[in-house]
Amino acid sequence: MSITPTSNNSGSKVRVATVWLSGCSGCHMSFLDQDERIVDLAKKIQVVYGPLVDAKDFPENIAVTLIEGSVANVEQLELLKEIRGKTHVLISLGDCAVTGNVTALRNSWENSDQVVLERAYKSPENLQATVPNMVPKLLIKTKPLHEIVKIDFYIPGCPPSADLINYVLTELLAGKTPNMEGKAKYG
Amino acid sequence: MTEISVVSLKIDGVQVSVPEGTTILKAAKDNGILIPTLCDLEGLTPYGGCRLCLVEVTGSPKLFTACTTQVNPGMEVTTNSVRLKNYRKMAVQLLMSERVHMCAVCVANDHCELQALANQLGVDHVSFERHFTRETIDSSHDFLVIDRNRCILCTRCIRVCDKIEGVHTLDLKQRSKDTEVIMDLDESWGDSCSCTGCRKCAKVCPVGAIYIEGESATQTKHRDVAEFITERRKRK
Repeated sequence: MSITPTSNNSGSKVRVATVWLSGCSGCHMSFLDQDERIVDLAKKIQVVYGPLVDAKDFPENIAVTLIEGSVANVEQLELLKEIRGKTHVLISLGDCAVTGNVTALRNSWENSDQVVLERAYKSPENLQATVPNMVPKLLIKTKPLHEIVKIDFYIPGCPPSADLINYVLTELLAGKTPNMEGKAKYG
Repeated sequence: MTEISVVSLKIDGVQVSVPEGTTILKAAKDNGILIPTLCDLEGLTPYGGCRLCLVEVTGSPKLFTACTTQVNPGMEVTTNSVRLKNYRKMAVQLLMSERVHMCAVCVANDHCELQALANQLGVDHVSFERHFTRETIDSSHDFLVIDRNRCILCTRCIRVCDKIEGVHTLDLKQRSKDTEVIMDLDESWGDSCSCTGCRKCAKVCPVGAIYIEGESATQTKHRDVAEFITERRKRK
């Protein structure tokens, strides 16, 4: 699968989006940890959506989207489906996106959506506390991305190393398929 | 001196000669060919449970576990093919999906053989739906802890407890996905009267299922302990 620059006001640059679902932002930190290599990347790509960019809606016609975090609530579920429809190459970034990781540990409990909220908001010391109802409804189970939509590439790791993120992106930009043997490391 | 007959065979196209009765796994290892394994450990009885050491033998449509199959004269063994690699990747994925294997929160992170194999084989995701089990965690022992959610049922702990330490505290109960490692007659570890607290189960555990409280996996893991003791005993 190769990536080609797409139009939409980006000149000849490849339009890239990054997304932060149920994760700790560590994967985005690792993305920034590419340090001076970001300068080289910036010559070829333009990040048009994500926590590092001021854009409200997910844009159309994205060449590559990197998603950090798992899908834990209904809002993220809808966003993921929308992103898949608007993205050419979708990448699961980091263990939460790939495996569920810490965010999926609640899955061991039945009705884990209720269990986790009650554990977070109610406690023996605070009997009056209630579970807030203005936040998006949690899914009963937290899911890794590929259990919901088709994922093209996976970059596991908690967080994935900056080297690995850079390797996958540069391979894709060069029109090659990354080989994850000896590189895909969980944890 | 007893005479040892030698068997000649081909492994990955290389002609090798090994003593009769040698397993394919050992014959390959002694000739510099490493076949991936999780349940096998030098010094312990072969078990053939993890299915990672599957190899092809020319003339047979079925696959053989290298750890339990002895060499035969004229055998032609293939240890690495696209088909085998796909099966190995599938085996790792099945192991990872069976229970809760989240490396980031595991005591054995970076010292785990399952994690290392996934890395080596390029298993960048698990295509099966993961099971989030709630198996029991037993920390009743003074310092040994078992988290059955991380157990891959390789039975190394059981075999090292039986064969090397000689007490057979550990064994299995139930079947299939409900299989669990138990102590004595399914008692809590702290109540076990046969456990000597020798720690060898924690040393050989390929993952983070058995560990020592307050100790890092770097300190605990000594997976050559069974081989070391076996060799020392031979000298007596």
